[in-house]
Amino acid sequence: MQLSREALIRAYRQMKTIRLFEERLHDEIALGEIAGFTHLYAGQEACAVGVCEHLGPTDYIISTHRGHGHCIAKGCDVVAMMKEIYGSRDGLCKGKGGSMHIADMGVGMLGANGIVGAGAPIAVGAGISAKSNGTVSIAFSGDGACNQGTTFEAMNMAVVLKLPVIFVFENNHYSEHTGEAYAVGAESMTARSAAFGMKAVKANGIDFFDVYQTIGELIEYCKAGNGPASIELDCERFYGHFEGDPQRYRGEGELDRIREERDCLKTFRTKVTEAKLLDGEALDAVDAEVTALIERAVAESKAAPKPTAQDVLEDVYISY
Amino acid sequence: MAKKMIRDVIRDTIDEEMARDENVIMLGEDIVGGNGAPGGPEAIGGIWGTSGGLWAKYGPDRVIDTPISESAIIGAAAGAALTGKRAIAEIMFADFIGVCMDQIWNQVAKFRYMFGGKSKCPVVIRMPYGGGYNAAPQHSQSIHQFVTAMPGLKVVMPSTPADTKGLLTQAIRDDDPVIFLEHKFLYAVSGEVPDGEYLIPFGHARQVTQGDDVTILATGMMVARAEQAARELAQDGIGCDLIDLRTTSPLDEEAILDSVERTGRLLIVDEAPPRCSFATDLSALVAQKAFASLKAPIEMVTAPHSPVPFARELEAAYLPSPEKIMAGAVKLMSWRRG
Repeated sequence: MQLSREALIRAYRQMKTIRLFEERLHDEIALGEIAGFTHLYAGQEACAVGVCEHLGPTDYIISTHRGHGHCIAKGCDVVAMMKEIYGSRDGLCKGKGGSMHIADMGVGMLGANGIVGAGAPIAVGAGISAKSNGTVSIAFSGDGACNQGTTFEAMNMAVVLKLPVIFVFENNHYSEHTGEAYAVGAESMTARSAAFGMKAVKANGIDFFDVYQTIGELIEYCKAGNGPASIELDCERFYGHFEGDPQRYRGEGELDRIREERDCLKTFRTKVTEAKLLDGEALDAVDAEVTALIERAVAESKAAPKPTAQDVLEDVYISY
Repeated sequence: MAKKMIRDVIRDTIDEEMARDENVIMLGEDIVGGNGAPGGPEAIGGIWGTSGGLWAKYGPDRVIDTPISESAIIGAAAGAALTGKRAIAEIMFADFIGVCMDQIWNQVAKFRYMFGGKSKCPVVIRMPYGGGYNAAPQHSQSIHQFVTAMPGLKVVMPSTPADTKGLLTQAIRDDDPVIFLEHKFLYAVSGEVPDGEYLIPFGHARQVTQGDDVTILATGMMVARAEQAARELAQDGIGCDLIDLRTTSPLDEEAILDSVERTGRLLIVDEAPPRCSFATDLSALVAQKAFASLKAPIEMVTAPHSPVPFARELEAAYLPSPEKIMAGAVKLMSWRRG
């Protein structure tokens, strides 16, 4: 799949937005500016963007507790997301959900989700709608959620009902603080997915182009009525399970090494400049633009109105 | 008006709503039945006979037979509802709620709130519940207390064929998630059902009998048992104001308080065990808001704090009976201070 210059710039902008959004949150959380639990997506940008660059507003995705990247990639408003994480009344979810529950039905983003493994069954339901619309439903999960019974149920049901659902497993090699080598009993997650009776492939999650190409083929396959598919994306998590995680389970020098050798943004920049698809200047311009956006998002979030006690009971029911 | 059994009312109501709105879908285990088997599809039509003929009429994309996967059934209903469908999910026995509690409690019930009011999840989760069939501890329970306690869910417990039609139609058209509890022992109960479109708004109780001495609150199968008790009590000169609450969330507080303020005596009948239950919730409501009207301590006739036992004698002893309800009313009438 040959991408236009415009499409390449867009993909880079999306990945860079996620990276800077997360790095800034990391700093703000350290300063005590943000309440609650936050799980950062930095390192995995090529996965979310490689998938979502194929999708339109009536294609659906559901995400995980590590959901900021999927939200941005699917088109959620970045400033409204930041306001939500700051707990503002003007946040995307009015300060009711926070980091783990950002959603926007208008762009087909069915929610980040605080329960590991809860998303896959919901993606099956969105797949029922997608089947009637001619679109596709994507369940983002990790190597943690891949061991949940809900995920198994969802994969089997998607096969039985022959739905256009793609189970995207971002294998960052850690389920919370436990290694994949321990927690995933199967020798291969991809082989286990295949055993459910669906097409199952693997791609390099730090290479945007490999993700984009491979998932593009799966989307075509699913939309053609062949039933569900799954993809395992080998990727890296640059931060801890949650912000504040001391990461004692990491190996000596591991974080430095993955940041140096397995950074999807660096990989992208090297590939597009070496192939002369984009020059460094164009990428730098995107960096400056995104830096300004994140700066504005944080400034506006700090000034945004907080909810009040009167808001607690709002939106429990549509009518009661 | 036509006379129908509750199981047929459920099927016909779903049929009417599926015909009216192409976005209505249903899913569950064996709601078609026979798929992948020599007998072929529609061998079952729901183990309770509540979906017969619907698959043939609306096809497999709208009447979706699922594997035994309760979490995926509720999750699929939720995902479909978030994306424009109205999903009716059947959980074969309410007792199986434990298997899919996360999808009900953390997902369906909370989407609208935690997404800042910007989504809707029109799911009806139908759950056959209750005792009477000697189905033992894992297939006989009343679970309304759990779901009534969950903000974001509406909970319906019809007791008559007419109410079943009016409340199920309302549930399917409601934009909030609804837990629709069908008492298994009432499926074969017949009664007059209004023809054509018939909706009953939630939060409105039904006055079953009128009396000035004792207010009796009941739901589901307990309504008929309380009604039998009320008839016999009337012969003894005790007038019972029997109220079928019909929905436990929302709750018709006004009907309850108006009645208790008139009678001064409250008897709550509940098929579930007594601790942290719907009965204790009603009791707290009346103690807080109508204390001055009470002439006697609130009386509760409930199941005991035990699982539902299997043997006929044990289950009969477990369930609130007309005799126990009558004894409760007599106790209320004979109570004297000090």
